[in-house]
Amino acid sequence: MADDDKADVPGGPGQRARTRRRGRGGREQLVVPPAEFRSYYGKPIVKAPPWKYDIAAYLFLGGLAGGSSLLAAGADLAGLPNQRRSARIVALGGITGSLYYLVHDLGRPERFHHMLRVLKLTSPMSVGTWILSAYGPFAGLALGQEIVPLLPEKLARRLPTELISRASRPAGLVAALAAPAVASYTAVLLTDTSLPSWSAARRELPFVFVGSAAAASGGVGLLLNPLDESGPARRLAVGGAALELTADQIMQRSMGITAEPLHEGRAGKYHRAAQVLTGAGAVGAVLGRRSRLLSAVSGLAMAAGSACTRWAVFHAGMASADDPKYVVVPQRERRDARGGGEAYAEQVGDDRAR
Amino acid sequence: MSAFLSDLGRSFFGDIDPAEDNGYSDPPPRKGFFTDTSVCIGCKACEVACKEWNLIPEDGVELSGMSYDNTQALGASTWRHVAFIEQEVPARVAEASVAPAPSAPVDLGMPAPTLPGDSPDAAEPTDFRWLMESDVCKHCTHAACVDVCPTGALMHTEFGTVVVQNDICNGCGYCVSACPYGVIERRSGPAGNPAVGIAQKCTLCYDRLTEGQTPACAKACPTDSIQFGDLDELRERAAGRLDQLVEAGEPNAQLYGHDTRNGVGGTGAFFLLLDDPEVYGLPPDPVVTTRHVGAMWRQAALAAVTLLGGAVAAFAAGGGA
Repeated sequence: MADDDKADVPGGPGQRARTRRRGRGGREQLVVPPAEFRSYYGKPIVKAPPWKYDIAAYLFLGGLAGGSSLLAAGADLAGLPNQRRSARIVALGGITGSLYYLVHDLGRPERFHHMLRVLKLTSPMSVGTWILSAYGPFAGLALGQEIVPLLPEKLARRLPTELISRASRPAGLVAALAAPAVASYTAVLLTDTSLPSWSAARRELPFVFVGSAAAASGGVGLLLNPLDESGPARRLAVGGAALELTADQIMQRSMGITAEPLHEGRAGKYHRAAQVLTGAGAVGAVLGRRSRLLSAVSGLAMAAGSACTRWAVFHAGMASADDPKYVVVPQRERRDARGGGEAYAEQVGDDRAR
Repeated sequence: MSAFLSDLGRSFFGDIDPAEDNGYSDPPPRKGFFTDTSVCIGCKACEVACKEWNLIPEDGVELSGMSYDNTQALGASTWRHVAFIEQEVPARVAEASVAPAPSAPVDLGMPAPTLPGDSPDAAEPTDFRWLMESDVCKHCTHAACVDVCPTGALMHTEFGTVVVQNDICNGCGYCVSACPYGVIERRSGPAGNPAVGIAQKCTLCYDRLTEGQTPACAKACPTDSIQFGDLDELRERAAGRLDQLVEAGEPNAQLYGHDTRNGVGGTGAFFLLLDDPEVYGLPPDPVVTTRHVGAMWRQAALAAVTLLGGAVAAFAAGGGA
């Protein structure tokens, strides 16, 4: 942190004067004056959630599963058997992994079922749990059709295989209808927090996430399927990559100072990697549509880019909690803009204007 | 289902009584803390009393280098936290009207207590001052932690205060990231303690309140810096004290959290500060995160429809390569 010297000194008038003087130096012409802020020994004001890599993985796998269910249902209706099978497997695998990480991250995993006590629209975690609970079984049932032919005859005779096979298509369609919610609610999960870099992204992050979900699932579809079945997956992946990159650019501009963590440290590395992988993957997928190898590599690149996007957003939010600057500066600006005081309700209203 | 419906009826802004808003039909007056930092002497009796009464484990012995503040912040095992701020400010010139002692004391060679400033070798005023502030959970009217808790473990009590139900919390930690003040935290530490892995914060001594008693920190405060009582009365008292301080020449003195029109609908624990909130490690203009939750869901729904439409379009353009 470049601001360490500033952060070590608790807020006093001396510190304020020093930060001001820097702008008046004369030689340096700064477009934006350095952010003036005081803090308590540079200590964080808001707390980062106690989430480890689990939640970053959970964000990616949820998107991958959601996009894959859409791909599977489409392939089912369009008659693309390979694409249908691979997407169904990826969807169930993704949602299973996602649930595993979610439960694993709880401080008291044995109490997971307490999440099903209530349904609260104000809690994205609660809504998400219900979305996953509604989506998971259908994603599982959709795979039935693919598993039945693989069952040993002894077992197959004892199971209602006919029923399972016939239920697969409707189950897959229900899963596909729930899938967009699976892919997008995680954005609300992050933005409905006090972490500056997450909450400031509340308008664009859902679009980044669904774009990322489409790029990941389409990319995996490209990787796993022959050329004659990969048309829809390619279009989904390229369209998703374009949405992801565009929404990301708009998001960065609207975030103001809280976009900084997205360009620094670990988040910055993931963010750059995401842009390169997603962009190159999309170009490769378009140019290499006659090459199986190039298509597969491009698909993989877009899936990896999607994962890097999630990682970048995750780490940027966590980093923004560590530096009080990202809490103090935007809040002070808001307060000064309405002339001080606490009367947020009257002066600022709600999000309608945004 | 009833939980779902009652949730839709909740308020996210405005001046409301949190107990009534949460379904208590005839709640007692809302209780809270008024922390007057101008008389805090940094004795940390509140920190200790809180730990003693609530059986909170130690934080470990570590020197932070932050003045006398080695607890550093509110957290899972620090429900009261005293901040120490060392500030350089111009010395205030002593008023000339202070008359010299009528007769010089005769030195008997005995240790004797003297009033500050009475002794001739009393220190000159220096260009330095201490700010001390005992911080605590704000017990917001619109509490983000309560709103986002996916299990219903966090709730408003009949006193309008916010508590965690240890037997319901599953430790997801979502409340930790929701709190705009950075108050609540999931307790880590040696297994065995039933509260490990669970979100922990100040309960405003709910167990003492139900017995008609004063919370431990307020009871222990030797200077009445921490005052406990009915919130309405505390707000009145605080306004009077603020006027007094401004008159006495504290231009930056301000109340923090008392205004019901603020981003969290007013807090159940509010403060009289002598400088800007961020100097004490408090957010200058906090807003309950769920205030924007409607707009957030709307954006997510738009994005979901975009994805669904995109997938349909991807197939509509043809099946194979």
